[in-house]
Amino acid sequence: MAALYNLTAHELSAMLSRQEISARELTESVIARIEAVEPKVRAYLTPTHDLARQQAAEVDERRARGDSLSPLAGIPLALKDILCTRGIRTTCASKILHNFVPPYDATVVSRLREAGAVCMGKVNLDEFAMGSSTENSAFGPSGNPWDVERVPGGSSGGSSAAVAAGEAIIAIGTDTGGSIRQPASFCGIVGLKPTYGRVSRYGLVAYASSLDQAGPMTRTVLDAAMVMNVISGKDPRDSTSVDLPVPDFTQACRPDVHGVRIGVPKEFFAQGVDTAVAQCVREAIETLCELGATAEECSLPSIEYCLAAYYIIAPAEASSNLARYDGVKYGHRSREWAGHIGLMEKTRAEGFGAEVKQRIMIGTYALSAGYYDAFYKRAQQVRTLIRRDFDRAFSQYDVLLTPTAPTTAFRIGEKADDPLAMKLADVCTLPANMAGIPGLSLPCGFIEGLPVGLQIYGKPYDEETLLRVAYTYEQATDWHTRRPAL
Amino acid sequence: MAEYEALIGMEVHAELLTESKMFCGCRNAFGGEPNSRCCPVCIGLPGALPVMNKKAVEHVIRTALALNCTITPNAKFDRKNYYYPDLPKGYQISEYDAPIGVNGWLDIEVDGKETRVRIRRVHLEEDTGKLFHVVGNVSHVDYNRSGVPLMEIVTEFPPDMTTPEQARAYLVKLRSILTYIGVSDGKMEEGSLRCEPNLSVRLRGSETFGTKTEIKNLNSFRAVYRGIQYEVGRQIAMLERGEKVVQETRGWNDAKGQTFPQRSKEEAHDYRYFPEPDLVPLQISEAWVEEIRSTMPELPDAARRRFVQQYGLPAYDADVLTQTRAAALFFEETVRQCNDPKAVSNWMMGDFARLLNAENREIGESRVTPKMLAEMILLIKDGTISGKMAKELFEKMFATGESPRKLAEAAGPQITDSGAIQAIIAKVIGEMPDVWAALCAGDEKKFGFMVGQVMKASQGKANPQEVNRLLRERMQQG
Repeated sequence: MAALYNLTAHELSAMLSRQEISARELTESVIARIEAVEPKVRAYLTPTHDLARQQAAEVDERRARGDSLSPLAGIPLALKDILCTRGIRTTCASKILHNFVPPYDATVVSRLREAGAVCMGKVNLDEFAMGSSTENSAFGPSGNPWDVERVPGGSSGGSSAAVAAGEAIIAIGTDTGGSIRQPASFCGIVGLKPTYGRVSRYGLVAYASSLDQAGPMTRTVLDAAMVMNVISGKDPRDSTSVDLPVPDFTQACRPDVHGVRIGVPKEFFAQGVDTAVAQCVREAIETLCELGATAEECSLPSIEYCLAAYYIIAPAEASSNLARYDGVKYGHRSREWAGHIGLMEKTRAEGFGAEVKQRIMIGTYALSAGYYDAFYKRAQQVRTLIRRDFDRAFSQYDVLLTPTAPTTAFRIGEKADDPLAMKLADVCTLPANMAGIPGLSLPCGFIEGLPVGLQIYGKPYDEETLLRVAYTYEQATDWHTRRPAL
Repeated sequence: MAEYEALIGMEVHAELLTESKMFCGCRNAFGGEPNSRCCPVCIGLPGALPVMNKKAVEHVIRTALALNCTITPNAKFDRKNYYYPDLPKGYQISEYDAPIGVNGWLDIEVDGKETRVRIRRVHLEEDTGKLFHVVGNVSHVDYNRSGVPLMEIVTEFPPDMTTPEQARAYLVKLRSILTYIGVSDGKMEEGSLRCEPNLSVRLRGSETFGTKTEIKNLNSFRAVYRGIQYEVGRQIAMLERGEKVVQETRGWNDAKGQTFPQRSKEEAHDYRYFPEPDLVPLQISEAWVEEIRSTMPELPDAARRRFVQQYGLPAYDADVLTQTRAAALFFEETVRQCNDPKAVSNWMMGDFARLLNAENREIGESRVTPKMLAEMILLIKDGTISGKMAKELFEKMFATGESPRKLAEAAGPQITDSGAIQAIIAKVIGEMPDVWAALCAGDEKKFGFMVGQVMKASQGKANPQEVNRLLRERMQQG
């Protein structure tokens, strides 16, 4: 039998409920795995093994009492360190929050806790989720389990690395411009960015509020559906969360794409996309067509402006969202300062990394008097155009299929001096955030031993169709069964 | 000296009377142990999100309607970005280009002349925390006030007000409306109502505007009046000397009676407003507005007109009695129980107001209830006590909250016996024969004086009607 840490949440959930294994056993298996591979992967910023053991024991006790338990009860979980956890340090991979211990749980976290998921710890990311490789983490980059010299993607690279390496069964990532899907693609796992508003943002430390969304990062589509069942739904604490019924997403995981109309937007196969990656994606589309779907090329003309508009809106919101880190209330405080302005300036100069500072400056500039109309307002207009492009496309197609990332995982340091090249890594994923629609990445092949991701875009609040198409493809292929040799 | 005129605009901030804060469930109250009413939202912890307090929005809509504003159906919140330690998020959630109420007005009257003060906007925002500077290089922040719903009311430009009297009248009337409709307690000294006038001066008849200054920390009507008066004088003096007024924010030193520079325009912020992404735009439906309109209480102007008509009060009395809703309600309830509007008005504007002022209390905070005042007025009318006795009785009642009937019994009965009063009259005449002679010779002005002397001699206990009657009788006897 395969090691427990290598199984899926769905398999383990069944074994737990049949009491073939205990949550404690499972947790110990994952802890042992973490101890074995963590020096190479460096996914965890704050491991919480004692808490994990305690939570696992509670789950076992509840099961012994005959309580009815959530399918996620006892499943080891890694949390991106940008979700607030009561009593557990939450750093956002930033020096400025290196000592911040929140007094409250993010809604996503409390829902997972209530479901009995076992928290293995807080995992790495690019500082404040700004980046595509975890290289912007103040605590150093994580390694890609398929080749530890390479990045795991980002910003949720700790989450993708942990799941791919067997250091967690499921993980939560957050996605502002592709931060769930791109690392999922780089690490050969499934990542779902839900529709904006589907999952509460309460307790998710804001990068760009109108784009941020938390979602599952798992080994299989069914596992992602299981997590979605727990974390989705209206939260009275988040005004932008949507009051829509939450379906049982696992019911959508059935092998059936008959009559599904696939659009293939040509802009996503244009320059910059590795030909081998494009080839993998085209083969995946053919597979789906063989299974009963139809596909045709389509166009989203406004996508051309997406990257530029994103790098106005996201930094603009970030410049405001990150204003609260001033050394007054919590987090890092400079030791040397004069006056309260001096305190703020020194604290921020010491506490933020280069990428964060750059985005704060860009955002501040874009919102400044006299520039607002030319930058922020225009960027919002572009956003409207992108949304219209998607509306038009979805009037003809059920899903759109694209590569998740233009390339496979790159080497650590390879793009560190080329910020534009780094930002182009997100070019295929940004449109989902700009339009607020759901996007899912799942493995669709390997190039030189590195995973390739297939991205599926769907209509707003239609995660079910995404999951169904993804599940159908997954069941027809075996990419998801491969494990890295660490 | 050339003739100048001032142009005075006004920004008023009112903390709204709601149970909870603007964007979280913390209680909205004044004072208390520092940082005892805080949560992740109002201290700006990472990841915390605001949730709009509907009641606060309703208060602002109600105010906007009372100020004759147009309601913006899709008003929205924006972020006003600036750094200060009392602002925990580094931005204030406010309303920038789509405020809840726009284009209203308020009519004020000074010396019989009515002026329409146009109101540009009424919007909703959140209050900041408070900084406390401790000795040395240490400051503390109290976030109890952080996130309290705050309404801003701004007058139109160019300003319609030109004198400190008008500015004061505007504030008095605005405060009266806000307390009437129950959206604010209007306490300037506690800072729940804050007023920042801005003003410039120019030569009368000029088409251009002078440079304006803004005055902060004025915490009473009197300070507002004095502050504006001082600042107008200061600006005129500068122009007379050929100097230029500097655009700045000036503080008010109440002890010195002077304004002083606080912040210049160069230090002014670029607030980098943008729509608040954590909140969805407000959708103020016609039905919601109508619902609020239909539950609007009678406003001071209407109450004043009604008081004149229904109770036959002089305009002045009606004006004073309708300045706060509490006073108007007190008046009407008292009249209902004693049916003597003018007497109630006299007591409320006279002794009652004097005693309240002396203790800096509001009518609702007094021990005297409408029932007590009505009872006392009835005791005067049925002759149980004299007006003079009543004055003393009222003070006791105000101090103790004891019922007037019990107090009257304790003070002893009124003297109505003709013989006893005649004896007092004889005594007084004996003491002032000259005055008596003058009165008998036809100097009618001395009559009131004599009545007063007799009342005084009886320690206020003599029945005044009897004193009058018996004095006349005695005069006829010669």
